[in-house]
Amino acid sequence: MKLAYWMYAGPAHIGTLRVASSFKNVHAIMHAPLGDDYFNVMRSMLERERDFTPVTASIVDRHVLARGSQERVVDNITRKDREEHPDLIVLTPTCTSSILQEDLENFVNRAQLEAKGDVMLADVNHYRVNELQAADRTLDQIVQFYINKARKKGDLAEGKTEKPSVNIIGISTLGFHNQHDCTELKRLMADLGIEVNEVIPEGASVHNLKNLPRAWFNLVPYRELGMMAASYLEKEFGTPCVDITPMGVVETARCIRKIQEVLNAQGADVNYEEFIDQQTRFVSQAAWFSRSIDCQNLTGKKAVVFGDNTHAAAMTKILSREMGIHVVWAGTYCKYDADWFREQVSGYCDEVIISEDHGAIGDAIARVEPSAIFGTQMERHVGKRLDIPCGVIAAPIHIQNFPIGYKPFLGYEGTNQCVDLVYNSFTLGMEDHLLEIFGGHDTKEVITKGISADSDMNWTKDGQAELNKIPGFVRGKVKRNTEKFARERGIAQISAEVLYAAKEAVGA
Amino acid sequence: METLTQPEALNFECETGNYHTFCPISCVAWLYQKIEDSFFLVIGTKTCGYFLQNAMGVMIFAEPRYAMAELEEGDISAQLNDFDELKRLCLQIKRDRNPSVIVWIGTCTTEIIKMDLEGLAPKLEAELGIPIVTARANGLDYAFTQGEDTVLAAMAAKCPEKAPVMESQKQERNAISQLLNFGKKKEEVAADESEYVNHTPLVLFGSLPDPVVTQLTLELKKQGIKVSGWLPSKRYTELPVLEEGYYVSGMNPFLSRTATTLMRRRKCKLIGAPFPIGPDGTRAWIEKICSVFNIEPKGLDEREAQIWASLEDYLQIVRGKSVFFMGDNLLEISLARFLIRCGMTCPEIGIPYMDKRYQAAELELLEKTCHEMGVPTPRIVEKPDNYNQIQRIYEQNIDLVITGMAHANPLEARGINTKWSVEFTFAQIHGFGNARDILELVTRPLRRNNSLKDLGWGNLVKEGAKV
Ligand code: SF4
Repeated sequence: MKLAYWMYAGPAHIGTLRVASSFKNVHAIMHAPLGDDYFNVMRSMLERERDFTPVTASIVDRHVLARGSQERVVDNITRKDREEHPDLIVLTPTCTSSILQEDLENFVNRAQLEAKGDVMLADVNHYRVNELQAADRTLDQIVQFYINKARKKGDLAEGKTEKPSVNIIGISTLGFHNQHDCTELKRLMADLGIEVNEVIPEGASVHNLKNLPRAWFNLVPYRELGMMAASYLEKEFGTPCVDITPMGVVETARCIRKIQEVLNAQGADVNYEEFIDQQTRFVSQAAWFSRSIDCQNLTGKKAVVFGDNTHAAAMTKILSREMGIHVVWAGTYCKYDADWFREQVSGYCDEVIISEDHGAIGDAIARVEPSAIFGTQMERHVGKRLDIPCGVIAAPIHIQNFPIGYKPFLGYEGTNQCVDLVYNSFTLGMEDHLLEIFGGHDTKEVITKGISADSDMNWTKDGQAELNKIPGFVRGKVKRNTEKFARERGIAQISAEVLYAAKEAVGA
Repeated sequence: METLTQPEALNFECETGNYHTFCPISCVAWLYQKIEDSFFLVIGTKTCGYFLQNAMGVMIFAEPRYAMAELEEGDISAQLNDFDELKRLCLQIKRDRNPSVIVWIGTCTTEIIKMDLEGLAPKLEAELGIPIVTARANGLDYAFTQGEDTVLAAMAAKCPEKAPVMESQKQERNAISQLLNFGKKKEEVAADESEYVNHTPLVLFGSLPDPVVTQLTLELKKQGIKVSGWLPSKRYTELPVLEEGYYVSGMNPFLSRTATTLMRRRKCKLIGAPFPIGPDGTRAWIEKICSVFNIEPKGLDEREAQIWASLEDYLQIVRGKSVFFMGDNLLEISLARFLIRCGMTCPEIGIPYMDKRYQAAELELLEKTCHEMGVPTPRIVEKPDNYNQIQRIYEQNIDLVITGMAHANPLEARGINTKWSVEFTFAQIHGFGNARDILELVTRPLRRNNSLKDLGWGNLVKEGAKV
């Protein structure tokens, strides 16, 4: 057992549902107790979906515990098949089905006898994988299913498209800014003269999966979702995979160069260097921003980064390589893929933190007192408590992270968005500190910077008064250092004198 | 329990149970706030945690007094010892938060693997020195608000049996009178006491926000009825005394198990009344309690009339409109009864679970209201099927659908007004004073969509978009 208040990645079935409901005309039936269809609420609220989320539950209740759920699951599948004629029904196990150990595969086979559409069992185990791994696995499973089906029927697409083309793999519902990223990637491909063969899973029809082999290469923009399907396609059809996330100026260029290499290897003869140069210098504002005085003022400022692998790694590189910001630590909650993360960020931050424990992350933030945080909603709230601005760069996210306006994180427009996000976070902090210096805020109250409870140290009146004169953005640090100093020397009362003695001792 | 003749004219049906609702563990969200010295430990999986984390929204960042005991594979395969594991976590909770009670919420997983929480609790309680209350609020057996019912039923067993004799203890126990007597001198308090009729002690059950507790207590005080205690109280240490023969009355329609426990185990007498939701319900509730105590109710006519008059602007909006309850929180019967009295029609009331005995008085009032307002009685659909319901909503041209968030946006996109049902469980809807709040919620979509109606974009889905 583990005491847990908050989790970064959801349970496995969420991943399966995200992939299944991203496809057009695919219905997911969860094998779950009443109440586990909360996914529908999230999708309807966060994505502001106009359509009913194609997810229903085959309810597990007392009756099922006593008799098994065979009849019910089979009935629910065939009923949904009749009502909505989906192309595919994905039976989705949950934590409950994981321990009931019913033969769901068998139910699927039985339902398939009657159903007009296809029926499949999502092959995910609640206790072995999380949301992200399950999503990756489910996408792979669906792709394989339809490639095999087409092979059997003999209508698998043969040969490549005439012009260079790409499959964009991994865009999904409830993904962080996925819709905007998708538009941006399509635009980028158009600019490069590359046809988009298929985008999966978002908005795709399973009937089109048989066309996947026609693409010249696969682009997997996110590390978490799509790699499995892409490696399957590579293995089966030799389709090369470009897995460089085009986030940030340097990485976008790297991604495009990789595409160039992959296409030329298949005889395309393209040269994107001039395109990259034009975009970098004049379309994206990021390169110019990094030369501008604004950005100069950010030099050496401290930041911490935390999120999923894709976004935390890309953000770390942007901050450190493109803006000269000092990333004290970068971290990910994708424990299962930690090695990749370490390799990506090595050289761009002082320390790497791999953790799923939000408490540990909160403490690590309090410890280094950065000028800005780039993290998930949880880190944003830590930032609020510590008075440090935070830019949200990864899920878990709230409704405000599903903006209606165009806000990609990828591609050249994405670089502009990243600049705004980074710059706004830091200037917020700066403004705050200027206000403090010029007495804009009530300075009577001491701000304790620390995630844990108040200290037990005594401050004399004059000590307190001196402390209050120190600008807010460093006050917490000074307070902590002074208290540490006093504790080490067994000083019970902290007066102004002690404060200055401490200051001298640390040479600050 | 009062035996009431079943209203025959109401039409009860039961569908497939394929409907959307919250998992009952959600009761943690409001109960930890209500019971200030409690700590809720939900013993379940990532699925439970994910639900709570997302459903509680920003509350989660306020260091709530709740946590998951997340079961891992070793717990499921019984490689780890449940008792040792729970002890380790509860010690940590005791150290970090020092609560007066730890409430264990059993989940689907603890049910399926048959973890004996009820058996483990007394042992650990003895070792830990903190009371442990066990409630099985899982999705296998219950829906949404029924979670509170399982917790209160478990707490009912923990209420003290005898009224304290010492003056000092009395002080501590009777938090409600303390609240009401706050700032008063002793003589004044004594004078207050004399305003009450001499009656068998009455304890109310159901978790309501403190302001509502005060309002309802004062409402009964006007009739000379004294509320001796409330289950739950603000603090676990202030749980009310329950002696054999005490009267109890439920504040919410989803508290059947608590009512049963109070009657069977604590030998209390249940006053079966309609619930104090809406001015009509509040009045009927007071009247019923008065009748049990042989009191002639005073001033209720004017009080009710006055409230209705103050609602007139809202009533104009809802009169003649139809409302459809898809059903997810068990407040449906009372709300429908109130809205019919407001002049609405209601073809269907979906409800997760219908306890015809516990809700008997409410059902009777519903039927009476329909007759008096001259509208057909609704069909009451237990364990509804959301898919079928949506077909019926299309057919019947409903003016307002009260439903969960899973369906609200898709219905709005199809030009159908919706109100998110969960808000009714968090808003203050009890008593005379809060009737306006109910109508504020009910009319909000109508008012909003009224201002949009001439813009010509009622339907916002592409032709052929599927249900
Ligand atoms: S339905 Fe069961 S498994 Fe799902 S959240 Fe509720 S208690 Fe947990």
